Amino acid sequence: MKFSESWLREWVNPAISSDELAHQITMAGLEVDAVEPVAGEFSGVLIGEVVECGPHPDADKLQVTKINLGPDFNDGELVDIVCGAKNCRLGLKVAVATVGAVLPGDFKIKKAKLRGVPSHGMLCSESEIGLADSADGIMELASDAPIGQCVREYLDLNDVTIDVDLTANRGDCLGLKGLAREVGVLNSLSVTEPEIATVSPTIDDTLDITLSAESACPRYLGRVIKNINVNAQTPLWMVEKLRRCGTRSIDPVVDVTNFVLLEQGHPMHAFDLAAIEGGINVRYANEAEKLTLLDGNEVTLSTQTLVIADNAKALAMAGIFGGLASGVTNESKDIFLESAFFAPLAILGKARQYGLHTDASHRYERGIDPQLQHDAMERATQLLLEIVGGEAGPIVEAVSKDNIPAEKTVTLRRAKLDARIGHHIKDATVSDILTRLGFNVTENGTEQDKVWTVVVPAYRFDISIEVDLIEEVARIFGYNNIPNVSPKATLAMREQKEAQLPLSKLRNVLVNRGYQEAITYSFVDPKVQAQLHPGQETMTLPHPISSEMSEMRVSLWTGLLQSVAYNQNRQQARVRLFEAGLRFIPDNSVENGVRQENMIAGVLSGQRSEEHWDIEKAASDFYDIKSDVQALLGLTNNESEFVFSKAEIDALHPGQTAAIHKNGVLVGHVGALHPELERKLGLNGRTLVFELLLSEVCTQNIPQARDISRFPANRRDIAVVVEEQVSANKVLQLIEKVGGNYLVDLNLFDVYQGNGIESGFKSLAIAMTLQDNNKTLEEKDITDVVDRVVDTLKTELNASLRD
Amino acid sequence: MNLDDIILQAEQAIAAATDPAELDQVRVNFLGKKGLFTEQMKGLSKLPKEEKPKAGQVINIAKQQVQKLLTERGELLRAAVIKQQLAAESIDVTLPGRGDELGGLHPVTRTIERIESFFGDLGFSVKQGPEVEDDFHNFDALNIPEHHPARQDHDTFYFNPKLVLRTQTSGVQIRTMEKEQPPLRIISPGKVYRNDYDQTHTPMFHQVEGLMVDKDVSFTHLKGVLHDFLHHFFEEEVEIRFRPSYFPFTEPSAEVDIMGKNGKWLEVLGCGMVHPNVLRSVGIDPEVYTGFAFGMGVERLTMLRYGVNDLRSFFENDLRFLKQFK
Repeated sequence: MKFSESWLREWVNPAISSDELAHQITMAGLEVDAVEPVAGEFSGVLIGEVVECGPHPDADKLQVTKINLGPDFNDGELVDIVCGAKNCRLGLKVAVATVGAVLPGDFKIKKAKLRGVPSHGMLCSESEIGLADSADGIMELASDAPIGQCVREYLDLNDVTIDVDLTANRGDCLGLKGLAREVGVLNSLSVTEPEIATVSPTIDDTLDITLSAESACPRYLGRVIKNINVNAQTPLWMVEKLRRCGTRSIDPVVDVTNFVLLEQGHPMHAFDLAAIEGGINVRYANEAEKLTLLDGNEVTLSTQTLVIADNAKALAMAGIFGGLASGVTNESKDIFLESAFFAPLAILGKARQYGLHTDASHRYERGIDPQLQHDAMERATQLLLEIVGGEAGPIVEAVSKDNIPAEKTVTLRRAKLDARIGHHIKDATVSDILTRLGFNVTENGTEQDKVWTVVVPAYRFDISIEVDLIEEVARIFGYNNIPNVSPKATLAMREQKEAQLPLSKLRNVLVNRGYQEAITYSFVDPKVQAQLHPGQETMTLPHPISSEMSEMRVSLWTGLLQSVAYNQNRQQARVRLFEAGLRFIPDNSVENGVRQENMIAGVLSGQRSEEHWDIEKAASDFYDIKSDVQALLGLTNNESEFVFSKAEIDALHPGQTAAIHKNGVLVGHVGALHPELERKLGLNGRTLVFELLLSEVCTQNIPQARDISRFPANRRDIAVVVEEQVSANKVLQLIEKVGGNYLVDLNLFDVYQGNGIESGFKSLAIAMTLQDNNKTLEEKDITDVVDRVVDTLKTELNASLRD
Repeated sequence: MNLDDIILQAEQAIAAATDPAELDQVRVNFLGKKGLFTEQMKGLSKLPKEEKPKAGQVINIAKQQVQKLLTERGELLRAAVIKQQLAAESIDVTLPGRGDELGGLHPVTRTIERIESFFGDLGFSVKQGPEVEDDFHNFDALNIPEHHPARQDHDTFYFNPKLVLRTQTSGVQIRTMEKEQPPLRIISPGKVYRNDYDQTHTPMFHQVEGLMVDKDVSFTHLKGVLHDFLHHFFEEEVEIRFRPSYFPFTEPSAEVDIMGKNGKWLEVLGCGMVHPNVLRSVGIDPEVYTGFAFGMGVERLTMLRYGVNDLRSFFENDLRFLKQFK
């Protein structure tokens, strides 16, 4: 809420500066967002009266005027000023920038001639003195404005607008009245309220009021005011107060209701009496009832929406927004004024349901003072009669007393206060704070048994239990007056599962291998995701930031690949990125219908190495990224359990993709991106990716040491020729199976195709290391193993030894 | 040739040898199987028996003398050869080495790891939870019933009225308290989501929330822990203030500001004493236990710590930005 400092000071005027005031209320929990001057910086602008006004001899759009600035200005000499504003006219009181004046933007006023006619000053518009962003013509001051007075003084422009970002619990501060009350508490000052006179009715007209939803609207006051002049001018003082609180002047009736809203924190509404048929009924909307709102939009009301209706139809959405048909227009003569209490629960969420948020709904949702309707009505009536004239009827009040929120009695126990705050605040201080807050306080007991019984006014909707009072005491006492203390706790050692690999270890492996960690959005572009994962069911956000951020990711690849493109477009040719995070797979068998699985994924593109003076250039390929994946799997101390097998999935190259399984469970994929996708995503060169289910790679086999043999190891190399499509893995697995106990290591060190090898075949060179723990192997032991291996390869894989 | 001549000749030949191969030839010539000393030894057989030992001794002494010279000269020549070889193998040691440079962690991860470490020292365990969350865990259990005005402050991404992208990691606290009994000390780092995107807001960001529930946990403790944290995080005595605020799930509630380099207060976290309704909703008796909770914005802390000016740079993943964090 924005408010004018000088308006606040009419209510309560602590002897502190604007900055101190702003700091004080911020530290009381009413956070000040901004403090802005209400006008631009200017000087030398006085109130003058146009005493002569005639056309310029040589310019159609200019007028030549003489301005009276009073006896103190150059001994009463009239000032010649040429003015271009249409509304400049004889008798008008104006703001005159005299010669020597400085206007906002360091604009200095000098003597001048306009088309040959001397002009010794300027008649100012609101925008020229920084009261408005734009203006239509010069500013028209009230006819009783004192000639010769400085405009800054007259308009009290040495004022600031303070913008307070109120938290949802402090609806009571959404008006000057509440803010003043709070400032009074903070400074131990009493608050001077404007006198609210009772307006005696001069006519008898009334409307009947029926409360058909008593718990939602337990109090409704209405008053008929006839014969108003809706075309009257809202006085400048009111326009200025409204402006400084961020509200634009519309017409006097709206302005008065807005003024009461700002001053009392109480929303008001005015109906055109002529649009009301019969009496007023506050009820829930009927099935499929329609209402055209003041903004011209027609809404179909839900039966949970409270409306103000007459005998025939809904007139307004109660506490939220008026209806167009019953609104006050510039032709209205008679009005019906509403001042009502709507229960917060009846209004909460309703405005939002229709995409609305109004000053009224904002206040009713948070709760307004249920005892304020009468004052608000009298205040509004009094102001209206002053401005638009007319005759007021008697106030009709319909009330359901049982449903009006009552004062609450809350107790505060010394022991609980001390326990929660951890610091002893003296009895007298506690009592003083509670009393200053306007609570009715009774004290019982002594010392640790002390109890304060506190009666809290109904407008403090945020206070109903003990901790609410504790917060109030702490807040007013000042959080920064409460000491900082280290907590004491039992030193219980925490469980640390060694077999659990922390994510940080996996991250570090990739970082050590040159990967940079990325964090991409969890919502991605559905078009891109569909290209990578066609046919995959996804979760869609109904109201995303943009369509490109509307679908929850089903893998981390979408985001990572877009990051690759982003970097390639910025001359980063060699990209290695990884990310760890959730993927979201719709699955009705789990909580909330979505499987949220932690994944670790990486992407690699560009040269295998940074350009180097002694390393040959080579583009990264499948085996580069595979080694990174193997390094990750190596952390599990269980790498052999992970089986790579040729696989085909939509996103990847059908000939360069491996699925990784552990005990038959799919752990993830590694491969080259499908060339078609590389093209569609605008990627340069071969792009390689992997993605693993974190849950399958984040446990480690705790090492179990075995004896190291003291006997020599023997290496035997064999080169076997097999058909091209026989995978290396198959050969190695077979060797392992038949190799026996002496075979302690197996290493495929060469793959050869070409000269000497029949087309469609390949030669695999494999080193077998043979060793025993108990003896030096004899040549016969060794040849037995080699022969067995070769024979098996022959029979099972049709392999032959290379010559 | 008499022995002295041989020695003299050997001395000259050894001195004249310029490389180990030449020297080795000298050795062969004098000490080899057909060398001059071998010849001399053979000559011993012609001497009378009683002269043999003495003459043999003389030859042996001469042989040793030559051997010594050979060894000395050999070392000298090898040293020269090695020196030459080393000179030839000399390289430019300022050329860059082979192999990849290190990558790096994302700055957000770096900050989260630091926070985990500070609180880990105090016995806070790290807890994770789902990011797609039901409204019970994200709101109701945190004392934010449906239509509560505070819900509107959250700019929530809804899948449907019952399912949201979590707006805070507090749901993890609820899930933990549902399973575990006090004393509890946990922190929950992770992604959170708000439907807001501009210069100072991204629709996804990271929070670390913390919770301590025990007997006799008070507001002074909350203040103490957070003061310590901020001082250690920034490694300087930053000026800190606790400002009253409002969160439905804590009371009293505070926002914590630190004094920026520009002389302006900057909000870095929100905190408070856990509201009794929250404890009650997970079956913890608020008459027996109290607790404090806090939540901090990881990006904000990271920006302050490392001088990052644009929030959005955290999610652009520009390598030129990321590579600054080693």
